[in-house]
Amino acid sequence: MNPSPTAEARVFPAKHYLNDGTTVRSWLLTVDHKRIALLYLISVLVAFALGGFFAMLIRLELLTPGPTIVGPLAYNRLFTLHGMVMIFLFMIPAIPGVFGNFMLPIMLGAKDVAFPKLNLLSWYLYIIGAAILLFGALHGGLDTGWTFYTPYSTTSSTAVSTCLLGAFVLGFSSILTGLNFIVTTHTLRAPGMGWHRIPLFVWGIYATSVIQVLATPVLGLVVLLVAFEHAFGFGLFDPARGGDPILFQHLFWFYSHPAVYIMVLPSMAVVSEVVCAYSRKNMFGYAAVAYSSIGIALVGFFAWGHHLFVSGQSAFAAGMFGSISMLVGVFTAIKVFNWVGTLYRGSITFSAPFAYICGFLFFVVFGGMTGVALATVSLDIAWTDTYFVIAHFHFIMVAATLMAFLAGLHYWFPKMFGKKYPEGWAMLASGIIILGFAATFIPQFLLGNAGMPRRYYEYPAQYQMLNVASSAGASLLAFGFTLVLIYLVIALFQGEYADNPVGSRGFEWLTQSPPITHNFETIPVFTHGPHEYQEVPAEMTEPSHAA
Amino acid sequence: MGYRDYVTIETPPADSMDIYVMGKQWMWKFAYPQGPNSVGVLHVPVNRPVRLLITSRDVIHSFYVPAFRMKQDAVPNRYTQISFTATETGRFQVLCAEYCGTNHSKMWAEVDVMTEDAFDTWIKDQQRGLAHRQDMGGAPGEVAPVADMATEGQKVAAEKGCLRCHTVDKAPMLAGAPSEQHIGPTWVDLYQRKTKLSSGETILADEAYLTESMMDPTVKVVQGYQPVMPSYQGNLTGPEAAAIVEYIKSLRSDRVQTTPLQGPTYEPITNR
Amino acid sequence: MQPSAAAHEAEYHLPHHFSTPEAHNHAVRLGMWLFLATEILLFAGLFVAYFVYRGYFPEAFIQGAKHLDLWAGTTNTVILITSSLTVALAHHYAHTGRNRTAGWLLLVSILFGLVFLVIKGIEYHHKFQEGALPWHYTYSEVTVPGAALFYTIYFFTTGLHALHVCIGLGVLTWIMVRCFKNEFSAQYYAPVELGGLYWHLVDLVWIFLYPLLYLV
Repeated sequence: MNPSPTAEARVFPAKHYLNDGTTVRSWLLTVDHKRIALLYLISVLVAFALGGFFAMLIRLELLTPGPTIVGPLAYNRLFTLHGMVMIFLFMIPAIPGVFGNFMLPIMLGAKDVAFPKLNLLSWYLYIIGAAILLFGALHGGLDTGWTFYTPYSTTSSTAVSTCLLGAFVLGFSSILTGLNFIVTTHTLRAPGMGWHRIPLFVWGIYATSVIQVLATPVLGLVVLLVAFEHAFGFGLFDPARGGDPILFQHLFWFYSHPAVYIMVLPSMAVVSEVVCAYSRKNMFGYAAVAYSSIGIALVGFFAWGHHLFVSGQSAFAAGMFGSISMLVGVFTAIKVFNWVGTLYRGSITFSAPFAYICGFLFFVVFGGMTGVALATVSLDIAWTDTYFVIAHFHFIMVAATLMAFLAGLHYWFPKMFGKKYPEGWAMLASGIIILGFAATFIPQFLLGNAGMPRRYYEYPAQYQMLNVASSAGASLLAFGFTLVLIYLVIALFQGEYADNPVGSRGFEWLTQSPPITHNFETIPVFTHGPHEYQEVPAEMTEPSHAA
Repeated sequence: MGYRDYVTIETPPADSMDIYVMGKQWMWKFAYPQGPNSVGVLHVPVNRPVRLLITSRDVIHSFYVPAFRMKQDAVPNRYTQISFTATETGRFQVLCAEYCGTNHSKMWAEVDVMTEDAFDTWIKDQQRGLAHRQDMGGAPGEVAPVADMATEGQKVAAEKGCLRCHTVDKAPMLAGAPSEQHIGPTWVDLYQRKTKLSSGETILADEAYLTESMMDPTVKVVQGYQPVMPSYQGNLTGPEAAAIVEYIKSLRSDRVQTTPLQGPTYEPITNR
Repeated sequence: MQPSAAAHEAEYHLPHHFSTPEAHNHAVRLGMWLFLATEILLFAGLFVAYFVYRGYFPEAFIQGAKHLDLWAGTTNTVILITSSLTVALAHHYAHTGRNRTAGWLLLVSILFGLVFLVIKGIEYHHKFQEGALPWHYTYSEVTVPGAALFYTIYFFTTGLHALHVCIGLGVLTWIMVRCFKNEFSAQYYAPVELGGLYWHLVDLVWIFLYPLLYLV
């Protein structure tokens, strides 16, 4: 089916999507899902750099208990923007926007997503929303924290309304992307691809898209309500007029808790692919992994109250939300068992993506377990709003999602660009990132447990040592990321040609690398599922790789 | 999964000492029913269950004592509660744990756990106005530092016209006497009384009910009375409302009680 | 058969990534229903806010409802339901190929929608005059606690709804223009169907809003 790594060297294809039109206009008005994916790639990497820059400033400020490099007003804006930029401009759009866009249609045997123009609109909405958000951040700033709790956000003198307008537009981008992927998965599967043969990456993106479509409108509403209250004085959350700030919290977290599953499900989707490819084994339990994605999506909708354990909600409600939140851990555990079961006795290709997967598995177990611990209501009283929570979600967001993003970026680098990345540098960078990550965030668990609250500009002196350790780790992390950027850009231009260097039998490798604009000359017919390494599928129809 | 512990934390024992906590940007104020106010230091006796009634003057704060593993949000316009029993004397840090603006990270306070004797002495000193002025004080308009909160409540109730409709006469009511001479239910023995409403349900007249009756009196109307009470929302500040609640609490024949008292005659007496 | 009118009949082009027109049709309809789901969830949050505050301040909501212009609300309801009927009829005619009839029916629907907005505007004007403003409440007729909240919710829900009516009118206008250009036939009428679906959603939201705001 696919050339093994020792096959005769193939030549870089003459025609592919990258040289099919080289004007700026052909890129900015493209409807090719692969080009849109690259547009997203550039955008999210810029956003990541910006959010990372804010993070470095935060960590520098926290080196000493008192003021270090910025004043309190500036610091409050820094952590707010770090959160806003990282969550809305990187974490949520990254894997769906880049790898979802690029791989999902190819994996289904389709020539594009269901609504290509809507896809382009999604990207433009992302850019417009980002521009509005950053404009507001620069003119007037935002110091409410990314959670913009009322009544602080409705009475703050910063540019709350502008930034929330940006968030509203970004929400539309997210909704339309999700809508596109759902319709594509339902209607554009190639002949022979029943639901039981869909690659697990698609299952994960599909579950993500369901959440995007159903949860984001509620955020849109909340954002509108707060923006109107801030800009025009509508008193929906104003306690003096009878408004209820806790209602805001319920509405906000009804979106924002499923939002974290929007951030993590795609990363699990990537891991499913990489695990199979790099151990040359089919997934241990395909159905379990597929359905657990849906399970996480579903259960995630009912768990939002665990953010309100100390807000004064009833003990009964707290108990219910705590129990439901723990259920998510069950589905995650199912996935982890299946991934490990796949790796066991597999033929491992030890390389950078695999290193990232190891980091992912190790840290997601701890991150997930601390999540279950936080769902324990009585423990959460001590830990909520402290660095313990920060460490927990960074374990998942950085160690899980970001490492999965990097794993996917390396695994699919040859697919997207037809080039090989330098393995030695990649391994080194992955080691630095894993170490840097651990050094940054493990001290934060200890800090939170010792009592340091979050969003603290100054802190009691006894917390300094752990803060210094965390900041040191952050520098290492930043160095690792910079390294990745450098060698990937160099490989983009000077790397040697590669098409499926690990011999993966994922469906996306059925096309040439880089693919032609329409992905397939003739739509393939699928007779079995992806990642079938045990037997050579003789009867599988291969599309012609005619250039 | 922590639920039992959570319920224990959230349900104060009946003989808890109440202390009112008020968070505002960017300080913590404490008010005691026995009278004193303090800013920045919460004095509590060791080995006594304490219930904190927490609210906020402006935005959401959170009262967090890391050493006690205790935290509860301070939400404007409502009271949240949390209880604890300090088992060791000493001073323990209080931090604000809900982002509230510029000086959120400096909104600190202290819990000073003292022996029973030291605590009683401190209370008496406060009431005599002889205490170290360092941790006293309040902005103008707050409850005066040395006034007994219940006495202050009596003053506010008279000023705001509450006593025109509610009696505070502790003379015993005649069984079976009609109550139409009073426009509103009497305050004597009102606190923790099982009160029957016009809707038919019976509720316990706790702090939340009393505060709600001041702010939105038509929501729960006592059976046998007309819904004529005006709302005091905006007319009473937080400390004033709390002072009235304390005053009502003081109008009892037996100050320390663990069971709700039987109410006056307008409440139909069913088999007890 | 189409009358030989001035406008030419537009060709239906099957997008290259769909294998059959049926697949394309199915896809756009699924997409539309998903989009309607997002709109429902958007309003759902507002309904939650409504019920929460109604629970806190029942008296305010009852009195506030009494002081709304019931005639305006009822008339608007009748108008909107009728316009949904005309849109449905337009859909029927479009997919039997009678574009001109469909176009006229859509025009009627659009006019109904405009009347809806005008009546809404009159209502708002009344409220502004009486002082029941969400940002500065000075309405002397309703002074129970929570009155300002009732009117804030009223303005927010009806305002958001009116915005969706405007969007719907834009959609209907675009479809109407295409009808008069003779673009639809038994094989291709999806835009009319989808635009009609959107309008029906707008109507449905109003059908829930009207009793909650005006009748209870």
